[in-house]
Amino acid sequence: MKPFIYVDHAATTPVRPEVLEAMLPYFSAQYGNPSSTHSAGRKASVALTKARRTVAALLGAADREIIFTSGGTEGANAAIRGIALARRRQTGANRIITSAVEHHAVLHTVQDLATNYGFSATILPVDADGLVQAAEVERAIYADGDSSAPPSSGGPEPTGNPALAGNPALIGNPELAGNNVALVTVMYANNEVGTIQPVAQIGALCRRLGVPFHTDAVQAAATLPLDVDTLPVDALTISGHKIYGPKGVGILYVRSGVPFLPTQTGGAQEDNRRAGTENVPLIVGATKALELITQERDAERPRLRALRDRLIGAVLAELATARLTGSHTQRLDSLASFVINGVDAEALLIRLDLAGIGASSGSACTSGALRPSHVLEAMGIPSGRAAAQLRLSLGRSNTPEQVDYVVEQLVQGCRVAG
Amino acid sequence: MKHLKAPEETTVVIAMSGGVDSSVAAALMVERGYQCIGIMMRLWAETGAGEGSMNKCCSVESMADARQVADQLGIPFYLINVEQPFKQNVVDFFIEGYSAGLTPNPCLACNRHIRFDYLLNYARKLGADYLVTGHHARTRRLDTGEIQLLKAVDERKDQSYVLSVMGQAELRDVLFPVGDFTKPVIRQMAAQWGLPIASKHDSMDLCFIADDDYRRFLQDWASHAMQPGPIVDRAGNVLGEHAGLPSYTIGQRKGLGIGGVGVPLFVLELDSTRNTLVVGRKEELGRTQLLAHHVNWTGDAAVAAGFAAQCKIRYRAQPVDCRLYPAPPDADETTVAVHFAEPLYGISPGQGAVFYDGDVCLGGGIIAR
Repeated sequence: MKPFIYVDHAATTPVRPEVLEAMLPYFSAQYGNPSSTHSAGRKASVALTKARRTVAALLGAADREIIFTSGGTEGANAAIRGIALARRRQTGANRIITSAVEHHAVLHTVQDLATNYGFSATILPVDADGLVQAAEVERAIYADGDSSAPPSSGGPEPTGNPALAGNPALIGNPELAGNNVALVTVMYANNEVGTIQPVAQIGALCRRLGVPFHTDAVQAAATLPLDVDTLPVDALTISGHKIYGPKGVGILYVRSGVPFLPTQTGGAQEDNRRAGTENVPLIVGATKALELITQERDAERPRLRALRDRLIGAVLAELATARLTGSHTQRLDSLASFVINGVDAEALLIRLDLAGIGASSGSACTSGALRPSHVLEAMGIPSGRAAAQLRLSLGRSNTPEQVDYVVEQLVQGCRVAG
Repeated sequence: MKHLKAPEETTVVIAMSGGVDSSVAAALMVERGYQCIGIMMRLWAETGAGEGSMNKCCSVESMADARQVADQLGIPFYLINVEQPFKQNVVDFFIEGYSAGLTPNPCLACNRHIRFDYLLNYARKLGADYLVTGHHARTRRLDTGEIQLLKAVDERKDQSYVLSVMGQAELRDVLFPVGDFTKPVIRQMAAQWGLPIASKHDSMDLCFIADDDYRRFLQDWASHAMQPGPIVDRAGNVLGEHAGLPSYTIGQRKGLGIGGVGVPLFVLELDSTRNTLVVGRKEELGRTQLLAHHVNWTGDAAVAAGFAAQCKIRYRAQPVDCRLYPAPPDADETTVAVHFAEPLYGISPGQGAVFYDGDVCLGGGIIAR
């Protein structure tokens, strides 16, 4: 058997041994339901509280701002639907602003709210690097805010007071331009091309204009800081399995005071915001994973970045038809993405797998359906049968030798996969 | 010479469908020690036609079955997307054929353009020495190096008819391991190996039509071809109205809705230019000749004029004695005139005319008239 080299960490990551170890007692030994009165329930409840406190501390949040979910998709759904519906009930706001390069968990949810629930959606364009411009967000917020004049070049005066700027009490203030906008949701970093969005800027802007801001941080969580004290977000979604935790669990942060209606009802769990018996073992696992990734992030980032740059440098040097997609500067340390002209992605991925390399083309796909990437499309980059989209996402297991082998096999694969 | 390479050094791509034949084909290759790669093609299907809108050759269940068989055999397995080439070369061909008054055979088109062109080239691109399929047919290497295409051991299951589109370039790179066994033996092997033994629909001729109703399909996809028109006899007498020419096939007697003529009437011709169905008596239907075009020879060369052979005019038809006259006057190189000793009933333009010399499939073409 050939050794398997995994360069698809944006799809999922292996559960770390420490995480597995932390989870194991909560399957059979400590099996209690946290809502039960008896001792088994208490033990589970204590584990859950500890997990919530740990996560809150790691994110710079308060305990009650943490909602455990079943993963990134549920987190995005709960945040977007929960905030948009609550905002509409509260103020009548019915506009949702998002970007064209969001993960489908966000994009399809926004589209569903627009198609079936009477919201109006604004899908913002991106530039050739896949970047959303904060100015576009601002323009979109003002677009329908009839009472307020469109911003001058500098926009309305910032409050200048960081404490006030960080005050979500502004949400719902009818004086503000964003009053008819239910929610802005823009991802922290893109899953296909790795472009990091200016979420700090967009978040600050939303604050100023009184609009709640959600960010899908699923891809960002492994390498970017998630401190909501400094990050001006009102809601943030994390998935367990992208940070060496288990699949089927996620963390949703919702800032206190942000309007939120639960979309899953039937129990008082998670402070009445997410009904259903808490998945204690997976929550413990996700917590451990977040703890480890946060501790190691600063040390791991330069290592990953060096590997990524080695990879990008070699691919661009060896393959004349390869082009780097996404921003060169605002890019995840772990992700390299290319479009390779004259190469069929499907055949290339098969060749790589036969050479023992697990890579991917854009996002994971279950049924073999071939669709051009909506992300590349939004960036104005043609892809498809004649131009392979290739995503190589690095992680803890990867070494420089592996990167060199991947490049070697990639070059060979491209030669015949045309 | 790759046929002399040891199995361990020979890479094969197996076209897997999740069914018993291709699963046994894969198991046989693994057992013989080949380096195996399983591939399943995702083909075009109607969207919104219910039942998950999947092509029957690659339904979600078949995919899961094939993937599980590959896993059990310890070989890699990939799903490849062939929707576009399949739509262009098989589905559009099917629609155009019916629109032109033919009775097209989509399996011939699929084997010509998809299995033994697109997929075979895909296998070569992956570095494979051979493409393996679960077809019931055999090949034999002659001393000259020529590869003959032979009927399967189990003649009732023989699929050489739809493989008649293959030439030497394809036959050299393809293996049919199940053609050496009868179906009961294949089932037995499958059971022994713990492979799925459920035989899906034995015939999936119209795999891309969700409900098997090709008339409904043509109504939806080519309504221009499904217009009612007159039914006439050879003398031009109007005898009734037809429901759209594709609903009929040559030799058909029932369902014409023109009773009381006294003699049984048969469909003689689908005249698409006049949207007219021509009917007549049985003796008008009988033909002792047909012309096949786009003829492919499986061997190195065409047979000599007057070659005594057998011909099958449909997949399920019995082979009939005939003489072959390649490139008759006023026709091109790929046309063959086929002469029969006795009249044949139901020669349908669009179907394949496939030639045999005993067990050897010589090749075939599409019936032009």
